Amino acid sequence: MELLRDLAEFEFMRNALAAATVVAIGSAVVGWFAVLRRATFTVHTLAIVGFPGASLAALLGVSVSLGYLAFAIAAAAVIASAEARGAGQREETAVVGTVQALALSSGFLFVSLSARNVSSSQALLFGNVLGVTQAQVWLLAAVTAVVLTVLAAVGRPLLFASLDREVATARGVRPQLLDVLFLALLGVAAATASQITGSLLAFALLVIPAATARLLTSRLGWSIAISVVLALLATWTGLAAAFAADWPIGFAVPTVAFGAYVAAHALRLARSA
Amino acid sequence: MLALVTEMLSHEFMRNAFLAGTAVAVACGLAGSFILLRGQLFAGDALSHVAFTGTLAALLLGVDGRLGLYGGTVGVAALLALLGSRARADDVAIGSVFAFVLGVGVLLLSMFTATMSGANSSVGTAALFGSILGLDTGAVRVIVSVGALASLALVVVARPLLFATLDEGVAAARGVPTRALGVAFLVIVGVVAAEAAQAVGALLLLGLLAAPAAAAQVLVRRPYVAMALAVAVAVGAMWLGLAASFALPSVPPSFAVIALAAVSYAVAGGYRWLRPA
Repeated sequence: MELLRDLAEFEFMRNALAAATVVAIGSAVVGWFAVLRRATFTVHTLAIVGFPGASLAALLGVSVSLGYLAFAIAAAAVIASAEARGAGQREETAVVGTVQALALSSGFLFVSLSARNVSSSQALLFGNVLGVTQAQVWLLAAVTAVVLTVLAAVGRPLLFASLDREVATARGVRPQLLDVLFLALLGVAAATASQITGSLLAFALLVIPAATARLLTSRLGWSIAISVVLALLATWTGLAAAFAADWPIGFAVPTVAFGAYVAAHALRLARSA
Repeated sequence: MLALVTEMLSHEFMRNAFLAGTAVAVACGLAGSFILLRGQLFAGDALSHVAFTGTLAALLLGVDGRLGLYGGTVGVAALLALLGSRARADDVAIGSVFAFVLGVGVLLLSMFTATMSGANSSVGTAALFGSILGLDTGAVRVIVSVGALASLALVVVARPLLFATLDEGVAAARGVPTRALGVAFLVIVGVVAAEAAQAVGALLLLGLLAAPAAAAQVLVRRPYVAMALAVAVAVGAMWLGLAASFALPSVPPSFAVIALAAVSYAVAGGYRWLRPA
């Protein structure tokens, strides 16, 4: 109750709630397709690359949201071109590990160079939902709306191509085009999720709810709906913990999501037993 | 140039950083070579998350952070080794556990900064990105001894480990204890990860394990030569990185080291691409 009264009174709380809600919905839907396509490792990389983007934006004094977006989309383009060339498996993991470390260290460089407190690197890495501005809410809402609209438009062929690439190609779907488009959507989703959970924990909002939902049901509509509900549950719990007890959102979101994931596994085991 | 080097080495903290950095780089070059050959880079990723959370847990309990650091990485490395190939968890399960471990670290960090005010607010940054310029002589002594022991252990097991890595079936048939070697190797990697976390930080140790070894393996085929080259690349990146951050004080040393290691990998890849063997 007190929480609701505070919510009505303080704008920063309303902004945080609006941003977290919008991002949770977008992340859960895009993440559902990412889990279907087994692109979870890519999600992690795209989110991490957003960190130097955000810290460079902070250093240059431009919008941090744009920094996340620009770098994540650029990384998606690089990954798309690497996939098109068909890089080797072992070498790929070394490249990804190096790129992640380079991205994180570059972000640290930009934070160190800017006059702001070094602890702001922790906000970018682990999330800081209480500093969300009205303008940021509008940007996140607009970006998420675009992502969901595009996804709705290409949803059917994307699903088709993700499930059975050969048959989809035979039926006239162009999987390569969809691959690139989806990577772009994933880059945008990773950039928006990072603004709530921080770069290092975007995985928790993009992948874990969707993976949990897919454990619980094989029905498409229900699966996506459960994914959204779980993502909302994780972010709202995170916000409540942040408002009430000043607990970091970077703890609550992965913990709630992971708890649901473990519970879903247990449920499945119990059902099959 | 020479004046800069003399001036640099006249500071005790720089001498300490070079000593510790060299030990870390040698161990990372060797361990990273085997990690790549064995396709176990994900273990390095796992250890980096544990390194962060373990350090903060120890600090919050009021004991030396290194206790949690070494305890956490060695414990998890042993766990990974014992789970081994029996439990090949998928990407989602691994990533979810990592995210949760990191989330716990975030909570511990916020509890730590809430209870200890002021000077300790940089603890999180040090755990994430290293504090090689802030090491005291005692810490350096520990890092150098641990690094020397880990490197020595890797050199001792290098022959059978390489055999077991390249052809596990034949090695086992010839009486090489492949399973015990695998466990021992991951435990050594846990020790190296904890050591490296103090120099370049929990988030960046993956780069120091992967980049020099990958650069060497792109250039050279023979495994022992590649290992020696990996060590040389890692030490070179460490020395040049430390010097760069001394010359340009606003550049953090862990960034300079990782950036140089990544550049060496990119250059090696470019060289290979221009003249295919």
